Amino acid sequence: MITTLRTIAWLGLVLTLLPSILFFFDAISLENLKTAMTAGMILWLVFSPLVQKAKTKLVNDLR
Amino acid sequence: MSTASIASKPAETTTGEFEREAVPPQAQKGASKFWGMYAGEHAAGTEFMIGPLFLLAGVSLQNIFLGLLFGNLMAILSWRFICAPIATKARFTLYNHLEKISGKWLVLLYNLANGLLFCFLAGAMITVSATAVGIPFDMTMPTTDDWLPNSAMFVVIVLAVGLVISIVASLGYDTVAKFANIASPWMVLVFLACGIVAYKQLGATSWADLNSIWSESIVFAQDGKSESTMGFWSVFTFAWFCNAAMHVGMADLSVFRFAKKASSAWATSAGMYVGHYMAWIAAAFMLAAQIRLNQDPNPVPGPMANNVAGLAGITCVIVAGWTTANPTIYRAGLAFQAMAQTIFPNVSRFWATFTAGLVATIAGAFPAFAWQLLGFVGLYGTILAPMGGVIFFDWYFRRKGNAIEFQRTSPVSSFSIPVLLAWLIPVVPSFYLIVYKGYTAVNFVLPCWLATGILYLLFSKKVKTA
Repeated sequence: MITTLRTIAWLGLVLTLLPSILFFFDAISLENLKTAMTAGMILWLVFSPLVQKAKTKLVNDLR
Repeated sequence: MSTASIASKPAETTTGEFEREAVPPQAQKGASKFWGMYAGEHAAGTEFMIGPLFLLAGVSLQNIFLGLLFGNLMAILSWRFICAPIATKARFTLYNHLEKISGKWLVLLYNLANGLLFCFLAGAMITVSATAVGIPFDMTMPTTDDWLPNSAMFVVIVLAVGLVISIVASLGYDTVAKFANIASPWMVLVFLACGIVAYKQLGATSWADLNSIWSESIVFAQDGKSESTMGFWSVFTFAWFCNAAMHVGMADLSVFRFAKKASSAWATSAGMYVGHYMAWIAAAFMLAAQIRLNQDPNPVPGPMANNVAGLAGITCVIVAGWTTANPTIYRAGLAFQAMAQTIFPNVSRFWATFTAGLVATIAGAFPAFAWQLLGFVGLYGTILAPMGGVIFFDWYFRRKGNAIEFQRTSPVSSFSIPVLLAWLIPVVPSFYLIVYKGYTAVNFVLPCWLATGILYLLFSKKVKTA
């Protein structure tokens, strides 16, 4: 569960940075870059707290 | 700048984490705990302002790259060799450490100055956030000529942003701190992405090309002139001392008292080279790109970020401003509460913080504080950092670095006149020269720090340590 959440959260960070590199090499347009960065933002800001929450729960369960 | 290192510190003053005692060995942390903290803290709302202000000041690209490179290095060395060695031996917060030297009443006075300066700094961050919140409302953005509020809409948005921040800060610090920790890796990447996109939009293919575009941007921003008010040494000094209150000013004693070794202070290099190098340069490129594409030299963070990163950029400006303004207001509130409680013992933290938030909100309605950020940061360091000079000279020349004795010591008086005089004698004339004669504030930090430390030694010669 944590691995899945973490992978999605990390995908958010990838979608935040990678589009700018693709834009730099003329691989995507500015509009697509903005859309991808928005998607990245949503993924990170939604899933990163869930990862933290799941980690805390796991630690508590182990105790 | 960061103000930022301010960001994660309020907790220690409220959660009972060894507030009044030296941090014991079992609570000490390894270096890894500090790297992420500093990287995140120095990617704050103010970074969106400082980079563009360099362009408006006509600083050459070479001076920016080299001045920031070496100035930030000096800041790191100051944390590593001035602040951290004392922090990891004495292991007290700045306030506790200072109280042992100067007594509680002088610490309260220092707190008041600290609280007021924090309010104005938070005000600049509220302005930054408001420029992003105002985009969907088609708000007329303030320009660098606007020192007063430029429209009713701007005031309404500043009030709304300021009130939300004030209420959240008054209710508690933990939630915002947690959110800031989650958002910080994303914010750092947004800054980097913005820089890459802006560089691409500049269309430079070589260093000479970039220099030429940069110079054209300066000429455009200065209405056809090309005057530089900052050279290499100005950028170097600014980068070194924009966080003077934290390193030579010893505010980060509160952080590094938890470090096992003084070498943990190398972690500040993450903050300096991510926040004060990459982010400042990225933000400067954003303004240059805006000038090139839209012929708009107005360094307003919201629209600048929108141009290069869309909604993610706007959100980053809001989050960066909010997550830094919030703890800043919180700390100002604690300082005000400490002051107020000397007269009204029952003043609650909620109302003290809310009052600090209101002061910051009113300041935020005046864009002048944001436009004058470079000068304000220098003034902030000039007023607060000299107290770090007292701590440094006291530690090495009076206490001879004897931590055990220092931990047992009590203040000689509740209001140390030698410390007060040592602080005011250099700082008051410097304040006059900066505010009324227009001298560059950041140049006064080091002379004031040294003068305060030396005067303290002279004035306290006959006063024995308790």
